[in-house]
Amino acid sequence: MAQSYDVIIIGAGIVGSMVARFLSKYQLDILLIEKESDIGMGTSSANSAAVHAGYDALPGTNKAITNMLGVEMWPQISKELGIPYERCGDYVVAESKEDLAVLEELLERGKENGVPGMALISGEEMRQREPLIRPDTIGALWAPTGGISDPFTATVAAAENAVMNGVTVMLNTAFEDFLMDGNTITGVHTSQGDFGCRWVVNAAGLFADDVMHKAGVRPNFEIRPRRGEYLILDKAECQLTQNTILFPTPSSKGKGILVAATLHGNVIVGPNANFVNDKSDKDMTSEGTEEIWSGGKKLVPSVNRKHIIAEFAGLRATGNAAAPDPEIDYHQDFIIEIPEVVKGLVNLGGIESPGFTASPAIAVKVVELLRSAGEELVEKPDWNPIREAPPVFRHMDKQQQAELVAKEPAYGRIVCRCETVTEGEILAAIHAPIPATNYDAIKRRTWLGTGRCQGGFDMPRVVNILAEELGIPPEEVTKKGEGSPLLYRRTKDVQQDHIVVKDLI
Amino acid sequence: MKSNYDVIIIGSGPGGLAAAIAARENGADDVLIIERDIELGGILLQCIHNGFGLQLFNEDMPGPTYAQYYIDKVKDHGVETLMDTMVLDITPQREVFAINKDLGYLDLQAKAIVLAMGCRERTRAQILLPGARPAGVYTAGTAQRFVNVEGHMPGNKFVILGSGDIGMIMARRLTIEGAEVERVLEIMPYLTGLTRNYVQCLLDYGITLQKHRTVNRIIGRDRVEAIEAVTVDEKWQPVPGTKEIIPCDTLLLSVGLIPENELSKKAGVLLDPVTNGPFVDDRFMTNVPGIFAAGNVVQVYDLVDWVTEAGFTAGKGAAQFALSEKLETGEEIPLIAGENIRYVVPHKLDKSHLAEEQVRLQMRAIVPIEDRVLVTVEDQNGEVVAKKGEAYARPGEILTLAIKPKAYEAIQKATSLTVNVRKR
Amino acid sequence: MAEISEIICVTCPKGCTLRVKHEGKQVLEVLDGCKRGEEYAICELQDPRRMVASTVRVDGGLHPLVPVYTKQAIPKHLIPELARALRNVEVPAPVKINQVVLADALGTGIDVVASRDMPKAGA
Repeated sequence: MAQSYDVIIIGAGIVGSMVARFLSKYQLDILLIEKESDIGMGTSSANSAAVHAGYDALPGTNKAITNMLGVEMWPQISKELGIPYERCGDYVVAESKEDLAVLEELLERGKENGVPGMALISGEEMRQREPLIRPDTIGALWAPTGGISDPFTATVAAAENAVMNGVTVMLNTAFEDFLMDGNTITGVHTSQGDFGCRWVVNAAGLFADDVMHKAGVRPNFEIRPRRGEYLILDKAECQLTQNTILFPTPSSKGKGILVAATLHGNVIVGPNANFVNDKSDKDMTSEGTEEIWSGGKKLVPSVNRKHIIAEFAGLRATGNAAAPDPEIDYHQDFIIEIPEVVKGLVNLGGIESPGFTASPAIAVKVVELLRSAGEELVEKPDWNPIREAPPVFRHMDKQQQAELVAKEPAYGRIVCRCETVTEGEILAAIHAPIPATNYDAIKRRTWLGTGRCQGGFDMPRVVNILAEELGIPPEEVTKKGEGSPLLYRRTKDVQQDHIVVKDLI
Repeated sequence: MKSNYDVIIIGSGPGGLAAAIAARENGADDVLIIERDIELGGILLQCIHNGFGLQLFNEDMPGPTYAQYYIDKVKDHGVETLMDTMVLDITPQREVFAINKDLGYLDLQAKAIVLAMGCRERTRAQILLPGARPAGVYTAGTAQRFVNVEGHMPGNKFVILGSGDIGMIMARRLTIEGAEVERVLEIMPYLTGLTRNYVQCLLDYGITLQKHRTVNRIIGRDRVEAIEAVTVDEKWQPVPGTKEIIPCDTLLLSVGLIPENELSKKAGVLLDPVTNGPFVDDRFMTNVPGIFAAGNVVQVYDLVDWVTEAGFTAGKGAAQFALSEKLETGEEIPLIAGENIRYVVPHKLDKSHLAEEQVRLQMRAIVPIEDRVLVTVEDQNGEVVAKKGEAYARPGEILTLAIKPKAYEAIQKATSLTVNVRKR
Repeated sequence: MAEISEIICVTCPKGCTLRVKHEGKQVLEVLDGCKRGEEYAICELQDPRRMVASTVRVDGGLHPLVPVYTKQAIPKHLIPELARALRNVEVPAPVKINQVVLADALGTGIDVVASRDMPKAGA
């Protein structure tokens, strides 16, 4: 066996990264493995970025418990890790009397969950707070502790802080099977070799069911991916009056199609929720686009199709696990457990919404579970909970910008015109504790290529920078890892051409 | 490097180069071009095909050659140039904030500014193309940059969406450099680029163009594997039973250009929603005093020669403004898009200018007329003050008409001028 | 044996479709279009030529390629061979505009020249 760890975490999405970060506080050898070419490429990079107040989850479920614990942790964790976060409050908007009844239910549910400060407001009040809201709104639920964050930065920040504190991260490393001794897990077999461990944490998101089944755990648990499509609007053309999330009244399908501000300055519309058969099916569909667009227009009639600049879809890891409390009739709850049928597994499953909100709380729960299983968790004396965010040029004032460029000239070269992203930031991402080694990884970290021209200007430049920094030919630069090359060959390297000239007469 | 300039020009494509030359020739002493790329020339540097200079030089030059002619002139005229530099902000008071690796943060003051930032390309997201988001989806211009300047082929087997000139030019270019161009799809029932390009880029090389067809879906998770083509009706709705999977590894989008006016907006420049460029008068001055605009940033041109001419006009106006702190204006009247005209540039005309020089109007037709047409400029009473016969009117080809000084008397009583194009 | 073929004329942007009555490569009559169209049809039938623009490799230049073009239109059927020939050309930087990169291309007497200056890298 090549190497042995105390804990191996499968999956470097927001949950796995938060688990790694919280566990890194203790004297444990930790390995975080991720099958993709970068962290956070799954659900963590395709969601609404909401940090939910907690009125939506059914009281007593794991979802509710971790949502409530999580939303209370976000102010501090975002400061410690340098994650953009704004507790701006959110609204659930009613258009009919039936909707108002649902809002009352949400209010009660929220109170039962311990959500502070909620209030039902009138249509008139709603229109005052957000003049762009549909004019016939008859009321709304206001939740001041709801907020928005930046899931891309959050995942990177948590994972980087873990690395700073000694966690090993291995990308392009896919879990394949458990190594077992009887019914005790002794390690994992991956695409990059075998690793021993005493504990495995299953944070595999969409694939958590496949992972746990390999250990014979919960054979009836199944993740059925539900796709959510999103549209992003041009920040120069479309702005809400203040940062917030506007939810419609929820239905059995879920929280519904929202219109929200993002902390990158855009307005986002979406998501819908449709089951797909394939855990890699993140296709945009024309029906889906129409669906989310009409949902968006219902909330904010003034949104204009001409202002759409980006589209993407994410997959929710929707499971079928019952809530731990048998009194509660709910079958789509989070799994957060140490199962009994095997030894050495901390099992997390079905982490869909409010998973992002709950992620730091889930991490805390994992620590508790390990402690209650007899793990002696000795704190590292030099554990550093602080991860400094790297400089973000466009967020600095003129004076700070001038100083930064004087110190590091690479920050004086703008590579992404639309979002004002500098070469300095790109280099910082390539040389970060968890390096960004392809175009999309840089895009997630720096926000380049997400603006109006969608990478049209920056891509040739980023390819050159990546090639130079990684010491590879430009043809080996990929969009998102193996199998996604951007360029095929040099212009003049032709094996076989297909030039045929036709006589026109 | 100074901190005060008479004229600062943003962009060194044909519009910016011409403006710089004209500014110097009309008395501006300190003229600066700020260019975000590492060399002057703008988009012309990657347009390596012939077709440039037919109007102004009676020659058929490649883009880079046309550019170099003006780049050499800019150098001869003692214009200062700053390259690899991005303008971050401009104010209505004509302060220019730019950033550069070596010089750091620049805070410059201009007496006049010429905006010449050109266009960006319409993206996949803006046309809401369904399907996965693999590597291998490029706008034609970005692909052109890779193939012609950076020296890389973005793929082996291409489908091109859009029969605009960039798409057709790239079809030929890719073929010459050994790639396969499987199909060109055009959603409209007619060609949107020049017939000459259809013949010399597609027919010559046996590349199939299909009209009424578009991409229904992109297939391939990590890299493009195929596109699903479909026929559409006049409302752009898919026609059942017409889907076709076309295996390929690259999809090139040639679906339109959008003038790049983010900086303009920051300076309070008002944009025409039809052109997506600034409202300009016949000196190409915007609504903000002292801020001019020339080239593709104003409207999407089809002939570079007219861009150069516009740049000369804007540069001259900028120099005059810089020297006098204002421009003498006579009575200004609006130029209105009339029958079958989508837009007219410039948007208004200073009557007194016609005393000395002609004013060139540029228009686009809405609906094609494949027959002899008459373009007329009529005043508010329907009196024709200028007219021009053309062999046809096509939306993809700009109509141009110069109002000559001889029309000076005729327009003195006009309160507005409307441009129309009708079948003769 | 006479036949009638159609061809799109590109001598002016109008792009008329001309019907050409011909016997093999011998034009009998051009049924549509103007005088320039007639000349074009004859040319296309007997000796179609095209301007060709491409790139060649540069050694040590600011960019790895320099754009080039044929100084005059070359016989159309030579285009594939010319494209292949140009792939084998490499010129050292600096390159000057109008510099000949391939003289007497494929024996046509027509030179292929650089479309622009290409300075040395780091210049």
